Amino acid sequence: MAKMLRDIWLLFLSNLRTTWRSPIWIIIGLFQPICYLLLFAPLLKNLAGSPGFPRTGAYNVFTPGLLIIIALYSASFVGFNLIDWLRSGMLERLRVTPVSRLALLSGLVIRDVLLLLVQCALLIGLALIMGFRPDVVGLLILVPLLVIVAVLMASCSYALALATKDEGALASTINLFVLPLSLLSGIMLPLTLAPEVLRNIAKFNPFTYAVDAARALVAGNTTDVSVARAFVIFALLAVLGVIWATRSLRQAMM
Amino acid sequence: MAMIETRGLTKSFKARGKTVEAVRGVDLDVQAGQIFGFLGPNGAGKTTTMRMLATLLAPSGGQAKVVGFDLLRQASQVRRHIGYVSQKGGTHDLSTGDENLLLQGKLYGMTNTAVRKRANELIDVLDLAPFASRLVRTYSGGQRRRLDMAMGMIHRPALLFLDEPTTGLDPQSRVRMWEELRRLRAAGTTIFLTTHYLDEADALCERLAIIDNGQIVSEDTPAALKHQIAGDIISLGLDTHNGNVVRAGGVLRTQAFVRELHAHEGSMQLYVERGEEVLPVVLRLLDSAGLTVSTVTLARPTLDDVFLRLTGRSLRETAQSA
Repeated sequence: MAKMLRDIWLLFLSNLRTTWRSPIWIIIGLFQPICYLLLFAPLLKNLAGSPGFPRTGAYNVFTPGLLIIIALYSASFVGFNLIDWLRSGMLERLRVTPVSRLALLSGLVIRDVLLLLVQCALLIGLALIMGFRPDVVGLLILVPLLVIVAVLMASCSYALALATKDEGALASTINLFVLPLSLLSGIMLPLTLAPEVLRNIAKFNPFTYAVDAARALVAGNTTDVSVARAFVIFALLAVLGVIWATRSLRQAMM
Repeated sequence: MAMIETRGLTKSFKARGKTVEAVRGVDLDVQAGQIFGFLGPNGAGKTTTMRMLATLLAPSGGQAKVVGFDLLRQASQVRRHIGYVSQKGGTHDLSTGDENLLLQGKLYGMTNTAVRKRANELIDVLDLAPFASRLVRTYSGGQRRRLDMAMGMIHRPALLFLDEPTTGLDPQSRVRMWEELRRLRAAGTTIFLTTHYLDEADALCERLAIIDNGQIVSEDTPAALKHQIAGDIISLGLDTHNGNVVRAGGVLRTQAFVRELHAHEGSMQLYVERGEEVLPVVLRLLDSAGLTVSTVTLARPTLDDVFLRLTGRSLRETAQSA
C-alpha cells in the first residue's frame, strides 16, 4: 500500500512537471469558459427576475453550470496524452515496472483534477469580479462534486484513448458525447425554459443533476435533494469509469 | 536455474474477423548468465514472444516461467526481476535523462539515495554524462538508445529483455552497445535479445533460436547451426577447354570429403566440411592431375545460409522487402 502511494506521488509529480513544461494546454482549457463568462453572460443580465432566473442575477445561474462544463470538457480531452504515451512506448515501459495500473491511472487523474481546480478557481475569481455572489459553504461543497465529475470524465477519456489509439477517432468520439451532454444539462439556460421533450431527455443526462446541484449549492440550499442525488450518481459513475480505465490499461498495446 | 522456460507458448490475435497466429507453440530454455538471441525476419513473432515473457501480453496458450516465477500467476514478481527495453524505448521526451532514470528506479522501489548512486554509475558507464540533464527530446538516436539501456538496467535485473537493441544505430554506437552487453553478461545478467541482424546474432549470442512464422525452426550455438546445416563452399574457376571441368569433376567426385558437387560451364562448387582444411587438398589433387585452376573462393557458411536451408527463404531478402 505504501508503495502504491509512493508510486502515485512520483507519477503525479512527473506528470505535473510535464504540464508545467508545456502550459499551452492550461491556457487552451481556460479560453473557453473565459469566453463564455466575458462574452455571453453579460447578455443574460436583463433576464434577472424572469422564470428560472433567481433575483440574485445571471452570474449565480450561469457560473455553477459553467464550472460543471469546464469539469466536463477539460477532463474529457486528457486522453490525448495517453495516446502519446502509447505511441512512444512509454506506457509499455511503465507497465513492465511493478507499478500497479491503478497507480498509473491515479498519477494522471490527480494531476488532471489539480489543473481543473486551478481553472475553476480562476473562473470563480473572474466571476466574483463580475457579480457572482455564491454561498461560501455551498461553494466549498461544490468543489468535491467537481472533482468527482473530473475523475469520471478523465477516466473515461483515458479508457477511450486506449480503445481508439488514434487522436482523430478519440476527438470525434469525445465530441459526439460531450456536446449533447452539455447542451442538454441546462448549463446555458435553466431547463425550465425548455420544451417538455427536451426536459424529459435531460432527465437521462447525469449532468442535468450535476448542474441542478451546483446551482442549489451556490444559492445556499446545501440540503436540497438535488445535491445528494448528484453526489451519489457521480460517485457511482466515477467508480465505473475508473474500473473501465484500469481494465483498459491491462491490454494497452499499440 | 533456467531463467526462461516455456512450453507451447502461443499467441493469436483477432484482426477484422480473422485470427492471426503470431506465435505457435514456442518452447524455450534459457539458462542464467547467457546472451540468448532470437533471430528471425520481421513479423516472425519475436517481439510478440518477448512481450509475453515481459508480462505485457497475455499468452493464448502454453506455460512459461520467467526468473523462476509463473508468468500468468506470479506476473508481479516477474516484473520485479526483469528489465525490458522495447524497440521504441519509451523514455519521456519532456523530461531529462536524469529525471527519467530516477523515476524509473524509484518505481522499482529503490530508495532516493540508492537510485541516485546507481543512476550516476550508469550515466558514467554508458557515457551519458554530458547530456544527462538535458531533455530527452534533444537526444540523438544513439544517445537515446543508451538511455533506454540504462533505464532497463537501473534496478539491476537478473534478466534483461532487449528488443532489437541496435536497430537504427550508427556503426560506432552498435559496437559500443555490443561491448556494454558483453560487460553486462560478464557481471551475471542474463540477456534475451531479438534481432534480425545476422552479424549481431553471430557476434553476441551464445545461443540462438531461429524463429519464422511464429515457430522455432532451430536452436543451438551460432557455430553449431552453421556447421550443421550449411557446410563450406569451395568455388573453383576452371578454364573450359579440353574437357577440364569434366575431368576435374571425375577427380573430385570420388573424394570422401566432398558432400556435393555442382559443375557448370567454367566453374564448380564443392560442398565440404572444414573447407579451410580441404581446399589445399583439392588444389593439390587438381594440380597432380594436370588441371589448372584459375580462381578459387572459399565461402564460409553464414546464418543467412542457415536460415535459407531451414525455411527456404533468405533472411536478407525478407529484411529488404519488409
